[in-house]
Amino acid sequence: MRNQITAKTITDSEFFYGHKACAGCGGSLAVRIALKVLGEGAISVLPAGCMSAVGFNYPHLCFSNNSIISTFAGTASMLTGVEAGARAVGIKNFKAVGLAGDGGTADIGIQALSGAIDRNDDILYICYDNEAYMNTGIQKSGLTPFGAKTTTTPSGENIHGNLRPKKNLFEIVAAHDIPYAATASIGNLKDFMNKIEKASKIKGTAYIHVVAPCPIGWGIPVNETIEISQKMMDCGLWYLAEYENGQFKLNRNPSEFSSIKDYLLSQSRFKHLEDADIKILAAQRDAKWTTIRKNWNTAEEDL
Amino acid sequence: MSKPYLRPYQKPQKLSDYPLGTASEAGYLVTKNSGWRNERPIITDECINCLQCYLYCPDGVIFKTESGLDIDYDFCKGCGICERICPKQAIKMEVETND
Ligand SMILES: Cc1ncc(C[n+]2csc(CCOP(=O)(O)OP(=O)(O)O)c2C)c(N)n1
Ligand code: SF4
Ligand code: SF4
Ligand code: SF4
Ligand SMILES: [Mg+2]
Repeated sequence: MRNQITAKTITDSEFFYGHKACAGCGGSLAVRIALKVLGEGAISVLPAGCMSAVGFNYPHLCFSNNSIISTFAGTASMLTGVEAGARAVGIKNFKAVGLAGDGGTADIGIQALSGAIDRNDDILYICYDNEAYMNTGIQKSGLTPFGAKTTTTPSGENIHGNLRPKKNLFEIVAAHDIPYAATASIGNLKDFMNKIEKASKIKGTAYIHVVAPCPIGWGIPVNETIEISQKMMDCGLWYLAEYENGQFKLNRNPSEFSSIKDYLLSQSRFKHLEDADIKILAAQRDAKWTTIRKNWNTAEEDL
Repeated sequence: MSKPYLRPYQKPQKLSDYPLGTASEAGYLVTKNSGWRNERPIITDECINCLQCYLYCPDGVIFKTESGLDIDYDFCKGCGICERICPKQAIKMEVETND
């Protein structure tokens, strides 16, 4: 059933257009593609964050499907209300979809998300992960990786950026025994599009965690957003996976990793890292992949 | 095929011209983004219509036509992602001039 949606078959319509995101913004690509897959029946909920800031500037309104801004903490609870309300007034063929940042999801919004999954509400929650609070000027979130420099985790002589590892939100969500959860990246839109399609047909709560780099916060040229996303997967610091029927499945199992150092040092947020810091990240990566390969289904797939 | 599009906007003159709530018409655009651009992507004859630029453009401004693809320069920001994703190097970035 995988890989049915392609650039050829996806709708020509655009639902997120004319927006004010910075040139080369990964989050705006994730939102644009998600809505193209879901179509005009999508009712989107966006909390405070870059994608609501760049999409709703009255009277300039860049969503052509029904869309609303939620409180920062309340993406998932508003989705619950939207879904129940639309059903109550007899709307057919709609999908309540959340499009929230990493801060809005992993930190302040995690309680509402956990509650919605617990109730198994019929919603799709998409977290576009740019690894920091970008809209307020690049502060560390729970999804900022170890070593990254942000305005709240500066790098100096003694401390080299963020001291804490990236929260594993995909597995936190899966631990609720959610019907469907997946990781994705804008570096592989074919995989992302088909996971959205699959998630949209799930009865109950579905969650997709898509890595969507921010050229400003990561310190990369604006034309390298896609390449950096691909490098992140190739060096093993991100992986494509799904959780379904109580099972974890790895979608892509690289036989060897590309240089983690090359990935890190091509971004100014990691420029200060020393070899010892990079070793820590590589060791965390290796430990993670050892567990994944031991415990998850790793049967090959064509992506 | 549909998408948000540019429409006229009359600046409110008096209090009653302002909307009563925070809701307003979806897909109602009033400003272009073309002024953000330093470089303009040009699709050349090398194009094999693989649609990768169309798919990966964060702004969705590359669109299908009967003969191939075209670009909505009103909203292209000149990021150059299309040029980088193209497997045939069929997109050239040209420096914008003021005319
Ligand atoms: C309760 C509350 N606290 C703080 C803010 C300020 N605020 C608005 S957007 C934002 C950052 C959002 O970060 P993230 O969720 O990662 O989305 P991004 O901006 O990176 O797309 C913050 C802190 C707010 N709007 N509401
Ligand atoms: S700051 Fe980053 S996430 Fe926000 S609009 Fe700009 S590129 Fe996108
Ligand atoms: S990516 Fe290149 S070859 Fe493919 S459609 Fe675009 S311009 Fe043509
Ligand atoms: S330069 Fe950027 S915004 Fe313009 S068409 Fe290419 S990818 Fe789209
Ligand atoms: Mg963020």
